[in-house]
Amino acid sequence: MSARAFDAIVVGGGLVGAAIAHGLRGQGLDTALLDEGDIAFRASRGNFGLVWVQSKGLGAPWYQRWTRNSAAAWPDLAQDLTGRTGIELALQQPGGIALCLSEAEFEDRARRMEQMRAEAGNFGFDFRMIRAPELRDMLPGLGPSVVGGSFTPYDGHVSPLALLQSLHRAFTEAGGAYIPNAKVTGGTAAPNDFRVETAAGVFAAPRIVLAAGLGNAALAPVFGLNAPVRPQKGQVLVTERARTILPMPTTSIRQTGEGSIMLGESQEEAGFDLSQQPPVMAAIAQRAVRSFPWIAELNIVRAWSALRVMAPDGLPIYDQSDRFPGAFTANCHSGVTLAGAHARVLAPMIAAGALDPVLDPFSARRFDVQNAA
Amino acid sequence: MFRTRPDARPATVEVLVEGDPVLVPEGASAAAAFLLAGHVAIRETPVTGAPRGPLCLMGVCFDCLAEIDGVANRQACMVTVAPGMRIARQHGARAARP
Repeated sequence: MSARAFDAIVVGGGLVGAAIAHGLRGQGLDTALLDEGDIAFRASRGNFGLVWVQSKGLGAPWYQRWTRNSAAAWPDLAQDLTGRTGIELALQQPGGIALCLSEAEFEDRARRMEQMRAEAGNFGFDFRMIRAPELRDMLPGLGPSVVGGSFTPYDGHVSPLALLQSLHRAFTEAGGAYIPNAKVTGGTAAPNDFRVETAAGVFAAPRIVLAAGLGNAALAPVFGLNAPVRPQKGQVLVTERARTILPMPTTSIRQTGEGSIMLGESQEEAGFDLSQQPPVMAAIAQRAVRSFPWIAELNIVRAWSALRVMAPDGLPIYDQSDRFPGAFTANCHSGVTLAGAHARVLAPMIAAGALDPVLDPFSARRFDVQNAA
Repeated sequence: MFRTRPDARPATVEVLVEGDPVLVPEGASAAAAFLLAGHVAIRETPVTGAPRGPLCLMGVCFDCLAEIDGVANRQACMVTVAPGMRIARQHGARAARP
């Protein structure tokens, strides 16, 4: 079968792949975005929707900077996507709070925030540890169990589904080729010469970006790359819509633009099992009600689970293959927060053919035995 | 618009629909009482404010959300009438009460 030729192939139509494909198209590359189909795990469709900075990159200041720069790129990205597609993303970046329900949590949080600031160096890290009396003026109806919280001005939230839809639409309306039901079944690699076989035909390009989420683990070796990602389950509960009451998101509770209140932030190592676990759901609900007792009056209308794409150290992986230049991977569990960086910073690097040295610490070479000691 | 079936049981239970007394048969749903009172649009949607009326009458469509005895967003078709029950329209999103 003859291959359809493109300037770039992006494997994976989730938030990571779509943001990169949108960015590559913006660089003028004739780009194919290969999407697996409805059988895929689709972490992008179970996302919580935070544009979150404050707790990311502890012990890894390069990740702190990458995340914060991405959040800073978000207003422009959202304006661009809404301008192109008419889709409202409900982006708000009023800052965010991590609630602490005990003195121990508060002290631990304060220690982490101080370390974040120390590691930020000249980049700076603006945060405040806020005690409950002041916090009650910021967040209505805070429960008596809350002893305080950490605030940073960088945090926010957005509709992840609107983001995914707008990235796809912006990409295709700019002339990008979105290919659904195109699970990659095989491929061949040579420097700047790649060919992939899919259920929807054969594609060839001098650049390929693997953004297939958990699928990257198996795909990467074919293209001279390494993506040791594993699934980590998260569960989410959603209440009925209520009039806007929360002025800013917290780590595990946010009110969407349309009024639903989302509750989440569980972490389970359960392989590819997507089943929902009532004890975990109960724990999420209980913590939410301890944080905001009035949430108990709201009906839960939906709940789901999804699989995060986790590297062994929880940080993103970005790489270009040494063996087959032109082959890149992008792996992360923060496809919403990092959409700004992926579309605006990473994609131009890929188009130019080289990852900037600021991304060196994100290489999967950090997991090689000689570096992991 | 709606009438009770000819074989309906006698209307013996008095409820208040939007404040007005209505007699309905025992075992009827709050949604049926609302329709028998001559209304159709029982709620306005939270996002666009579009009017909605009871549709499936079997607990599936959530288009009959109403404020019943002061509790917001109840599925009126799944609530059996009781004497003195107050059934009122649901105007958009409910309030959360901090």
